[in-house]
Amino acid sequence: MPDKVIEIHGLTKVYTMGEVEVRALAGLDLLVDEGEFLAVMGPSGSGKSTLMNILGCLDRPTDGTYKLDGIDVSTLDRDERAVIRNAKIGFVFQSFNLLARTSAVENVELPLIYGDLGWSREERHKAAMDALRRVGLKGREHNHPSQLSGGQQQRVAIARALVTDPAMLLADEPTGNLDSRTSEEIMGIFQSLNDSGKTVVLITHEPDIAQHAKRVVTVRDGVIQHDEKVEQQRVDVQGIAAPAAPIPVEATR
Amino acid sequence: MKSSVMRFSNIILVGLRAIARNKMRSFLTALGIIIGVGCVIAVVAIGNGATKSIENSTNAMGTNYIMVFPGASTSGGARLFTGNSTLTIEDADAIKAECPAVAYVSPTVRSAAQIVAGELNWGTSIQGVDVDYPLIRSWNVADGTFFTDQDVKSASKVAVLGKTVADNLFPDGQAVGQIVRIKNVPFKVTGVLEKKGGNMQGQDQDDVVVAPYTTVMKRLSGKTRIDMLQVSAASAGQVQEAQNEMDAVLRQRHRIAPRGDADFQMRSQEEIAQMAGQQSAILRVLLICIAAISLFVGGIGIMNIMLVSVTERTREIGIRMAIGAKGRHVLLQFLFEAVTLAVVGGGVGVALGIGASLIIKRFLQWPIVVTPTSVALSFGVAAFVGIFFGFYPARKAARLDPIDALRYE
Repeated sequence: MPDKVIEIHGLTKVYTMGEVEVRALAGLDLLVDEGEFLAVMGPSGSGKSTLMNILGCLDRPTDGTYKLDGIDVSTLDRDERAVIRNAKIGFVFQSFNLLARTSAVENVELPLIYGDLGWSREERHKAAMDALRRVGLKGREHNHPSQLSGGQQQRVAIARALVTDPAMLLADEPTGNLDSRTSEEIMGIFQSLNDSGKTVVLITHEPDIAQHAKRVVTVRDGVIQHDEKVEQQRVDVQGIAAPAAPIPVEATR
Repeated sequence: MKSSVMRFSNIILVGLRAIARNKMRSFLTALGIIIGVGCVIAVVAIGNGATKSIENSTNAMGTNYIMVFPGASTSGGARLFTGNSTLTIEDADAIKAECPAVAYVSPTVRSAAQIVAGELNWGTSIQGVDVDYPLIRSWNVADGTFFTDQDVKSASKVAVLGKTVADNLFPDGQAVGQIVRIKNVPFKVTGVLEKKGGNMQGQDQDDVVVAPYTTVMKRLSGKTRIDMLQVSAASAGQVQEAQNEMDAVLRQRHRIAPRGDADFQMRSQEEIAQMAGQQSAILRVLLICIAAISLFVGGIGIMNIMLVSVTERTREIGIRMAIGAKGRHVLLQFLFEAVTLAVVGGGVGVALGIGASLIIKRFLQWPIVVTPTSVALSFGVAAFVGIFFGFYPARKAARLDPIDALRYE
């Protein structure tokens, strides 16, 4: 029986806008095992974004419990959530969200700067270089985001998400700004990382993209409507160095 | 937490990178502080220089130097300042004879005239003095000799030239032994005084001709009374004593009761220096106020740019928070940025202030003294300005909601 990475029971989120109360999540339950590749689908207004914010510990639920990697994070304050985000979650965003005028390797080092690992500069640099190599960006470490293509920028973002060895990668529409060929490549990277044991949670509204996951849940009206295992559509990625390589010793805690 | 020190250094690194990424804006932001601190340094340096030069000229003049001026005279109950001086040569003789705390006395008469030597002429002031004048003013003859006691007694037509006068009338430097004409009276030049430079008020002290007071009274001004007495106390410690003795002698001679209004005034060199010092202190306070205002304005400039920077970098703040930056990390980052701008600006300002001081020293010949205290103080003030004006924008950044910040376009 594998460990649960995500354990959600009765998750509720109510936004109060003036007099009106909006129930974005209405008692949602979700269990995710370690090593799963989960796609969360749903139309806009379904509560998908709210779920993503709570999964990412950016927001707190109004009610219900959320255990991430065995830790109850539903009642943590701002700073405590920051620590959890740093240690347990690797974010990948639709718009890449890299720091401009900052080299790829410096972008990847960023989470380590805020972390509690107590690493030296050299250790951080080495871990960042390893993470970039794992997403196939060897030789591009010192390029700035403006000197990289969209796909390459997203790879830098994935490397940044990986570098702290989080409990899960949380990808919010990671292919939304990319063409279909590059989207395939990015999904291939997620698959290879998943193959090496990393839990991946993918938020998307595109069924094509969701097909790259192993399990698809559909959110509607604040609850999970469908939850099914799917036949994973594999991508054979060229140029990814050692896709199934174990996580480097330096990058583990 | 064992790693907190290191993480703090990481935050500093983050702040430094942000500054380096926006070089032009960082420079313009710091400019207010640069100018403010530069002003403080230069102003304090000039002020200290002025104080120092007052001290120097006080010492050069001799700390035991006293001047006695005629004052308003009382006649028939009416106090009025007549054109006639209340001081006489006999007063000088009496002081010389009766005041043990007084070392030297020189009656002094002043006049102004055009001096002619051959083809050249020069307008200057004539000082008629006694033979002890060089001792009273600690002012020696550089070339030739001063006139003698005999010259004074016989009202000889001899003169000693100040350096400026000698340079203008005798560009070849051969002044001694030559004849100069003052108001058509020929005077023989016996010597040239040492260069003394400007006094506290910036007047050229070398632009003067010194002659026996008897000669000046008889041949040039026609005055029978003297314009002032220049006196030297026996020692610096006896200045007050000398003043008291002279006061008693002059009151007795002028028949003024001990508590009545005197018809003469005394100024010691110390009093003059104090007055000049007060003036320069007032000026300095004024200038420091201006500098403080410019520092304040510089601080507002930093706050303004930091607020713009926080807004502009909302997304960056969101990214940093998403990947694990706590509120205080963001606060420290922006605060550190503000303080760095202020302190680096302060450093450049110090350099600029010293540079400006040196230029002023070089071209305007003003005395300049840069003290470590003023440098340390401006640095401290700059850092304080950075913290004070950087805190509000930094707190604003730290309180951003990561979800909103990430969505910010």
